[in-house]
Amino acid sequence: MKKALGLFVVLALGSAAQAATLTINCFSNLNEPIEAAIPMWKKLHPDVDIKVNTLNYGDHHNALTTALATGSGAGDVACVEIGFVAKFGESGGLEDLTKSPYSAKQYQNLITGYAWAQASNPDGGMFVFPVDIAPGTLFYRDDILKKAGVSTASLTKSWESYIDAGKKIKAATGAYLLHNAGFIARAYVRANIAAGESLYFDAKGNPVLNSARFVKAAQLAKAARDAKIDANVGEWSPEWTDGLNKGKIATQPFGAWFEGTMHGVVPETSGKWRAADLPGKSYATWGGSFLAVPKQSKQKDLAWEFIKFYALNKDVQLNSFKAISALPSLKAAQNSPLMRQPVEFLGGQTTARTMWVRAANNTRPFDANKYDAVADDAFGAALTKILNDGADIKGALDEAQALVERRVKRGN
Amino acid sequence: MTTTTKKEIQRKSFNWNTFQKDAAPYVFVSPFFILFAIFGLLPIVFSLVLAFSSWNSAAGLSTMKFVGLSNFTYVLAEPEFRTTIYNTLWIAIVSGLPQHMVAIPLAYILHTQVKRFKHFFTAAFLVPYVTSTVAIAIVISVLFSEQRGIVNQFLLWLNDFPILGSIIPDKDGENYIKWTFDRNYTKPLLCILIFWRYFGYNTVLYLAGLQTISSDIYEAAEVDGASRIQQFWYITLPLLRPIAYFATIGTVVGNLNLFDEVLILLSGPPAGGQDHSGETIGYYLYYNAFIANDMGAAAAVAWLLFILVLIITVLTNLAFGRSANSTEA
Repeated sequence: MKKALGLFVVLALGSAAQAATLTINCFSNLNEPIEAAIPMWKKLHPDVDIKVNTLNYGDHHNALTTALATGSGAGDVACVEIGFVAKFGESGGLEDLTKSPYSAKQYQNLITGYAWAQASNPDGGMFVFPVDIAPGTLFYRDDILKKAGVSTASLTKSWESYIDAGKKIKAATGAYLLHNAGFIARAYVRANIAAGESLYFDAKGNPVLNSARFVKAAQLAKAARDAKIDANVGEWSPEWTDGLNKGKIATQPFGAWFEGTMHGVVPETSGKWRAADLPGKSYATWGGSFLAVPKQSKQKDLAWEFIKFYALNKDVQLNSFKAISALPSLKAAQNSPLMRQPVEFLGGQTTARTMWVRAANNTRPFDANKYDAVADDAFGAALTKILNDGADIKGALDEAQALVERRVKRGN
Repeated sequence: MTTTTKKEIQRKSFNWNTFQKDAAPYVFVSPFFILFAIFGLLPIVFSLVLAFSSWNSAAGLSTMKFVGLSNFTYVLAEPEFRTTIYNTLWIAIVSGLPQHMVAIPLAYILHTQVKRFKHFFTAAFLVPYVTSTVAIAIVISVLFSEQRGIVNQFLLWLNDFPILGSIIPDKDGENYIKWTFDRNYTKPLLCILIFWRYFGYNTVLYLAGLQTISSDIYEAAEVDGASRIQQFWYITLPLLRPIAYFATIGTVVGNLNLFDEVLILLSGPPAGGQDHSGETIGYYLYYNAFIANDMGAAAAVAWLLFILVLIITVLTNLAFGRSANSTEA
């Protein structure tokens, strides 16, 4: 009897001291590197389990909105993609990581500058912590360029030379320069943000959709459309992947993470692609992920412990990089020999990763704005009108500007 | 039957058994009212309050502020809202009417002509209705895909025929129809999807209605020498009126609330089709709530949509006349 009682006490104590579980709510495919880091975490914290709840990109952020509104269900750590940083950052539902006990400012020098800026609010608060970065780059098909006799230098010298190269490629090989002319405009506005401006807004938060930057962007896009060098299909559509697969599309401007995505989308083209800086040696950011501690989390200390483990540990960051090719935001990890290794998908190009790291560290920091999604939608609609309906550039951009101004004025 | 006055209750001492007997019915029906209050009434009241407030949803309830009618004035002044009303009504009519024009004769044929396999056909017609919207939208997007879709390939193939070739202009395959993008095709595409999805459900409804019509009437008509078409026109159609009323109201309300088909099929870019050409009020509501993060405007759209549904339902009611209500289905 005594034995049994003793066993009972041991069991009871055991269960009381049983592993805590840290819940991480995430979107795909950021869940993959996080899951890949769990074994490393377990070595440091054998008593803390990690549960990753994954939804797709849109659903996760909608669910996080609802969870923050209702005060439950946001998890202990929440993943936030750059498109939602401003929305959640200004909401007040997340912990300010610059404050005690987090005091995140001490880690600022360790992190890529622009990613830190993206995570910070204009008033100095910081509600998300950068975990991976996404410098913009230009992927191109080496075989198609060679066939057309176009050099990389002439492809990327300037935005105008990019379009000229497109004309040569189309004439010589029949391949389109890129999937959609509108993407030139999107890349251009990303790569040429003036000091004090963000992607779509000025320092005071007013939209700048009809400024010179956007007019030039639309003009470039229109020049490409008029030259019939774009396939006029949407990204992520079956026609797009088909075009990339069959060599009907010669280049693809995107975030560096697209190298990882291509493994799944167009595996047969492995070895044929290369990466270069965006035209005109311009640097841009195209994505990026962050982690946050929701105020409703019951295990904030542990959650912060995990964020530090994930974002500030060189080995973990490199492990994540191996999982989905999302570049580390931690500078120490960017200097790793892994970054100088040849990339098989890019035909063994050894300079790609270092080029991306350099691009990321040359990107001018700018804030995220909570109306970015609205402005992005309005700009997309304006581009469609200009490219497909032959609408006047200034008129279409003025219309987009007015639409976003009305939203901003409401100040929700 | 005994009646108990208030005074008698007061005089009577409390009796557990009587109480149990009196209270039992309320206890048994209470789950519905409790669930309805939580999941039905509360959201309705909340959305009404929200329609007159501004609210940063990600910041919790404390940020809700009363703003009067400004959500409504904002939404009503937005050109996009007017576009979505036009789109919604267009889609509701173009996809709604053919459903019934096909479903009634089809149900009649099933009822009168098909003896064997009737249940098989009924089930087959219902399959699109019971399948999830996501699956349906994916099937449609594959069929209508710009370059690989079987529909565009079929149109291209038709070009080989001498007469059809002149009607279908695309001869080289360069200008495939961009079903999910081009403003001329997004609404028709949605209508095709909705028609395919719901005509079977309506057929089954009408079939059920036909089965309630007594065969005596047809026999009497036959004795009087009425032809099959006369029977359909003068007996079947008038007696189907209550069912037609029910089915039409279902179509009207369903089509005005159209959302998930748009979200999945026209996810873009641009979302909602070129120049908002396929954007419905339901999608505009979602856009306000989750993309623009403007919950107040979204709630205002919801109530405006409710008013629109109410008006059109009343109009449908008037179109069917009072007899539809008074006749028992």
